[in-house]
Amino acid sequence: MAMTARQQRYARLAMPWLTLAVLLIAWELACLVFDVPEIVAPRPSQVFAVMVQRWDLLVRFCLETLWTTMIGFVLAIGFGLLLGLAIGASPFVYAGLYPLLIAFNAIPKVAIVPILMIWLGIGALPAIITAFVISFFPIVVNVATGLATIEPEMRDLMRSLGASNYEILTKVGIPRAMPYLFASLKVAATLAFVGSVLSETVGGNRGIGFLMLSASARNDSATTFAGLFAIAIMGVAVYAACALVERRMTRWAFRGELVR
Amino acid sequence: MTAPQTAPGASPPLVELNAVSLAYGEGREATLALADATMKIGQGEFVAVVGPSGCGKSTLMKLVTGLIPPTSGEVKVRGERVTRPIKGVGMAFQNATLLPWRTTRDNIMLPLEVVQPHKSRLRAERAAYFDKAQKLLASVGLGEFGDKYPWQLSGGMQQRSNVCRALIHEPQILMLDEPFGALDAFTREELWGIMQALWLERRFTAVLVTHDLREAVYLADTVYVMSRRPGRIVKIRKVDLPRPRTLETTFQAEFVDIVHELRERIQMEHG
Repeated sequence: MAMTARQQRYARLAMPWLTLAVLLIAWELACLVFDVPEIVAPRPSQVFAVMVQRWDLLVRFCLETLWTTMIGFVLAIGFGLLLGLAIGASPFVYAGLYPLLIAFNAIPKVAIVPILMIWLGIGALPAIITAFVISFFPIVVNVATGLATIEPEMRDLMRSLGASNYEILTKVGIPRAMPYLFASLKVAATLAFVGSVLSETVGGNRGIGFLMLSASARNDSATTFAGLFAIAIMGVAVYAACALVERRMTRWAFRGELVR
Repeated sequence: MTAPQTAPGASPPLVELNAVSLAYGEGREATLALADATMKIGQGEFVAVVGPSGCGKSTLMKLVTGLIPPTSGEVKVRGERVTRPIKGVGMAFQNATLLPWRTTRDNIMLPLEVVQPHKSRLRAERAAYFDKAQKLLASVGLGEFGDKYPWQLSGGMQQRSNVCRALIHEPQILMLDEPFGALDAFTREELWGIMQALWLERRFTAVLVTHDLREAVYLADTVYVMSRRPGRIVKIRKVDLPRPRTLETTFQAEFVDIVHELRERIQMEHG
């Protein structure tokens, strides 16, 4: 049975919700059939009940996490963009910094949170810095790639016109790097959440990570799972916002007709 | 029909190559791309360089425009030794390299944002430059496509835009590196006609690198044949067929004879 274009579009929009519903129902049924105790794995219905019941509390802790994540993320964009431009534009900066960046990226960030706590105490600052540190790497790599892959012909053409390196960078390099930047933001935004929640979980007195930690200490697994759901929802929301900005800013990179 | 103004000794040639060689790499790994090239290109002359692939044709273009310095010998343009990218050049490559975030018209106006004196006038005289770009687009049959993005154009249209971009700042020298190489035969022949019309109107000096012998003979006043790597100039053939040449011309005996003559010389390189 053939679907019209419109039906296909609606079906595509409905797919993620359908998949989610199927998964949650399967989870619920599995818990009921195998008689899983709530402390091991609460049923989704129990999690949702807790979410409604403790709505105020959840929203407060969520906003704390969202706030620290966004500050870290914005810092990562600024820093990642500048460093990416420097690395992509200059072979010397590339040679000097790239190996160090790889080494730094390989360090498990959970290891630096205690150090940050010693330096900065507990509170929002370690979470902001962890979010920043974990999310700037993909931005740097993508922006640098966008710059470094300018077609040699385009470079020759600009040089033959007498363009300075600065003109080549602003007229060709930076616009060309934009789709790479926005693609990396989607990845970086979700990583920033990982960073701030990680910091809140290792040690802290605020945010959704702290809420989950204290809930699990009280064997309140329904609240812990409610926290997980909340993080996932925030992650998807920020991802969607980044995707929207990407579409707006670099429409050309989607080659017109493909934009939906 | 006027013959090209390249009477030897009349005026110093616009572009002069004296025993120019170029090697890529250093020491033992150096490969010689171009050996001992000597050329004289007159003002307003249309030159084609043909030869087997990898013979250093594109290297020759980069040398003339000063994008790379020769390993030995000297390149002179307007009587002056070339040491850095020279002014007054337009370039078009096989790959159109139009910027996808700019409309076709904005792509064509790119050189105006970089090259003086246009760069400093552009803001004040935007409307005049806009008209100029529009006229140039219209002259290659793209008058209605200025607001389209390059990826909305066909390959032939993209190459026409590419040529427009190379000409908008009215360069004295136009460098064409296999600009029609990736097009189908019909489109290519159509663009030969457009190219010739632009040249007849503006009389810039053109250097066309190609491996299509018919294209070379159709467009050029002088065809240089290069040997296999390291590229040497092994034959210089004047083409004095009357202009404007048409597709009809390409079937005439004189035209076919020249193509055969060039073909035989290149065949020797492969043999």
